[in-house]
Amino acid sequence: MSWKDRLALWGIKRSPWVYHINTGACNNCDIEILDALCPRYDAERFGIKLVGSPRHADVLLVSGPVTRHSEQPLRDAYEATPKPCAVIAFGACGCSSGIFKDGVNVNGTVDRVIREEDPEAVITYLPGCPPKPEAILSAALKTLEAL
Amino acid sequence: MENWLLWSVYLLIFPGIGFAMVVGILASWVDRKVTARIQFRVGPPLLQPVYDLVKLVGKEVVIPVSAQPGVFLLAPLVGFVAAALSAVILGVNNFLGQSFLADLIVLVYLLLIPSLAIIVGGSASGNPHSSIGASREMKLVMAYELPLILAIVTVIINAGFSLDLAVISAEPQISSISGVLAFIVSLICIQAKLAEVPFDIPEAETELMEGPLLEYSGLPLAIFKATHMLLLYLLPLYLITIFLGGIGTGYGIIWGGLKYLLIIVLIILIKNTNPRLRIDQAVVFFWTWMTALAGLAVLLAGVGNIYGIGWL
Repeated sequence: MSWKDRLALWGIKRSPWVYHINTGACNNCDIEILDALCPRYDAERFGIKLVGSPRHADVLLVSGPVTRHSEQPLRDAYEATPKPCAVIAFGACGCSSGIFKDGVNVNGTVDRVIREEDPEAVITYLPGCPPKPEAILSAALKTLEAL
Repeated sequence: MENWLLWSVYLLIFPGIGFAMVVGILASWVDRKVTARIQFRVGPPLLQPVYDLVKLVGKEVVIPVSAQPGVFLLAPLVGFVAAALSAVILGVNNFLGQSFLADLIVLVYLLLIPSLAIIVGGSASGNPHSSIGASREMKLVMAYELPLILAIVTVIINAGFSLDLAVISAEPQISSISGVLAFIVSLICIQAKLAEVPFDIPEAETELMEGPLLEYSGLPLAIFKATHMLLLYLLPLYLITIFLGGIGTGYGIIWGGLKYLLIIVLIILIKNTNPRLRIDQAVVFFWTWMTALAGLAVLLAGVGNIYGIGWL
């Protein structure tokens, strides 16, 4: 590991910038993500910040089963994110495609798509339909520990 | 030779990059902390801006295929150097009591360059969102520069047609009616220069995904963030130097620090209590209301100067 990566990892643990991708979720998870970022839970205590572009992101928060139309955009977003970075497969659908598993337009789970792009990727699974804001913050901190 | 050495110390350590970065990082933390307290939450730790910068330095630098690599990577550097040079000019005037002929004009130009760097960098990144952001930044610069320069002209007239920062900051220029009007106009123009909330139209992350900065990652993004931190220190200091009689010497520095805190908290309060304007609303706002107010200030200052009335 080079000094640059070590610097980045030291920084990411203290200031993870999150980019939120919806690959076909029903919006339930997305509302819960906004809850976790609201002043009541105060994610900025840990330096967590929602950014507008995957180029600025350290953590990709992917919610939903990967539909046919969103598979390529998800690959592109992972490619666009500067490394090192982590992925959180968010909610029951993000982890296993949930009740949409056998849907005609569902191509698979988040981890399959990301692993095809990069077999070494750090992926955290956060089950729940939807997960509670407390669980979201705890998952974010566990992801950072795993890096 | 010694002179050269002295000026490199000025540039790199005391009023220049080193000192300005420390104050800028603190100012950026104050910004985030006060915002957090307004929303009844705890807010980030003191070193949060340092963590952000260190992390960005360590991250991979992605250069998009559609970008012009040279311009794309040089733009943040040019903006940072311009901000550092204006930190030297303002710092040397405020803390060391030195100034040179027409340094006010140099400062007006230097403080424009960080905005130009954002425009050039955004255009060079070859992303459609970035180019929309760059075009909005260009319109915003054209909108706020007119009233800002009129406000500075007011101060120049009130100081007896002097372009010297030392002469202007010798007494608080806000002590006349035209000075108060010009101060209000400049405070709002500074808000736009910092691209803070009512005027964060170019970076609008909900519609343009950070606009001109969209394609930047790693070190160049860190330099842009650092430039913004420098500006968070410089622009309030600029207002203090021009309108409030400078930072002061000796124990006056405490008083100067209070002036700085007052201005930065005003900026943060405006930022947290206003929604974002559209670009056309912002241009109309600056070219009618603010220009009218600044024009009135110039008029009052001129009348006061001709008839020798001090309070106008």
